[in-house]
Amino acid sequence: MEKRVTFKGWMLPLLLIAPQVLVSAVFFFYPAGQAIWQSLFIPDPFGLSSQYVGLGNFEFLLTDKFYRASFVTTAVFSILVTLCSMIPALFLAVLADRLIKGSGVYRTMLIWPYAVAPAVAGVLWLFMFNTRVGVISWYLGQLGYDWNHVLNGGEAMGLVVVASAWGRISYNFLFFFAALQAVPRSVIEAAAIDGARFWRRFFTIVLPLLSPTTFFLLVVNVVYAFFETFGVIHTITGGGPQQSTTILVYKVFSDGFVGQDLGSSSAQSVILLIVVGLLTVVQFKVIEKRVHY
Amino acid sequence: MAREIHGMVEKRGAGLWLNHVFMILGVLVIFFPIWLAFVASTVTQSEIIRPPMPVWPGDQFLTNYRNALFSGVNVPVATMLFNSLVMAIGIAVGKIVISLLSAFAIVYFRFPGRNVFFWLIFLTLMLPVEVRIVPTFEVVAGFGMLNSYQGLILPLIASATATFLFRQFFLTIPDELAEAARVDGARPMRFFWDIVVPMSRTNVAALFVILFIYGWNQYLWPLLITTDPEMNTIVMGIKQMFPSGDDFAHWPTIMATSILAMIPPVIVVVSMQRLFIRGLVDSEK
Repeated sequence: MEKRVTFKGWMLPLLLIAPQVLVSAVFFFYPAGQAIWQSLFIPDPFGLSSQYVGLGNFEFLLTDKFYRASFVTTAVFSILVTLCSMIPALFLAVLADRLIKGSGVYRTMLIWPYAVAPAVAGVLWLFMFNTRVGVISWYLGQLGYDWNHVLNGGEAMGLVVVASAWGRISYNFLFFFAALQAVPRSVIEAAAIDGARFWRRFFTIVLPLLSPTTFFLLVVNVVYAFFETFGVIHTITGGGPQQSTTILVYKVFSDGFVGQDLGSSSAQSVILLIVVGLLTVVQFKVIEKRVHY
Repeated sequence: MAREIHGMVEKRGAGLWLNHVFMILGVLVIFFPIWLAFVASTVTQSEIIRPPMPVWPGDQFLTNYRNALFSGVNVPVATMLFNSLVMAIGIAVGKIVISLLSAFAIVYFRFPGRNVFFWLIFLTLMLPVEVRIVPTFEVVAGFGMLNSYQGLILPLIASATATFLFRQFFLTIPDELAEAARVDGARPMRFFWDIVVPMSRTNVAALFVILFIYGWNQYLWPLLITTDPEMNTIVMGIKQMFPSGDDFAHWPTIMATSILAMIPPVIVVVSMQRLFIRGLVDSEK
């Protein structure tokens, strides 16, 4: 789509666009280019010189068992976060949609966690499950279950998943609720006349009508789990125990800044770049569908 | 008849109450972590380190919050709040200003390289800061921007979401308005200020809400570039309050800080709910 009416001149538009181009060039294109460039080198331990290794860093990564493990961890983590944030959100949205009055009040209450930063959410959940002072871990102890996410990888994963999914429930709720409100009443009433009970109506009519929203949220939540949960993991587990919660983004950070392995960290950035690219393509396809629907 | 069908679809009577009960349960479960943090911020340390801690607020509210705000652990929380405020507003305003200008240029002018610039900006949509942290850190360090507000703000406004939103919106502004402005001999910038900016008010406000929260909740970036505690933002500063050894963390102060860290974004989201939801839906399109 283009404007038919435009203004003349080329100095002014270049001036107008300059700030954005400048900021993008300096803080986006140059660093992104650097990441790609550095991924082809191995710096010596003193950082004085570096040796060109071609795709060596990538070869090393793809055969490295820690990196492969991190891929699996990321996949498990994103699937769990997506499920744990979408299912409760859908349930709550269905409940809110059935109310004629009062859904606004519930909505206001449910929006809160969205505003809480992932890192702060991490601290709140860490507090509840802290091995020494946590309320929930204490009650679990009373029931005879010894909670220790500092030593137990599965429990650590469970905790970062719940803490990451928590704030996301609000987000998913808003989208599901809006979609439910848009389902035509007449369709549902017709099914009701035909004698379909609530759950049958839900699974045969409402859920299929929600599928564009569901697909959209699936993609968006996976992207969230990949890239925006760093704060949760850094505050709760620091990637441990034994790297059991080291997702890809966390590994870029820990290898690059803590381990000072710039070549490997850059190569990991490039791999993530490709992953983001693929996810973005999927996202655009999904959104296109949503628009046509 | 209509009423009967209505009754089959919308819940009434016992079903309605059950619905409310489930809803309230859901809200309570979701709210529980925040409630517990609030309670922890109003009791003494000794009440917390002997579990289980109380579930009703104590009487240390003023002491704990005063302690957090004016002494903190490494640095007073008031300082961190101020830094976060500067960062969040800087990111929101900066991104909105540069995007309004560049979207105006792209939509209302034909100039050499227009398409190239358009695609270059489009590319920045794809790469979150988490992915390019090491080189971006080096650039910022090279400019001597570590521990500075510019260093906190500039790298995070280099993304094109807002530009796209404004472009979409400008394309819906009727051509007649630009035509009339041209006939009247109005210069482009005059048209921009008198017509385009006022018409974009709602979009700007909705975007401001989203970007403010985005900026406020940043964690990794401030963690990397603010080595001086005086420049810490509140969201990243909380983690710095935990002792490194085996000591007990001072939970009342930490929890008071967590509550303080969530108050500004919660106020923004709840008070501007309508704009927020609009911004959310728009920016994901």
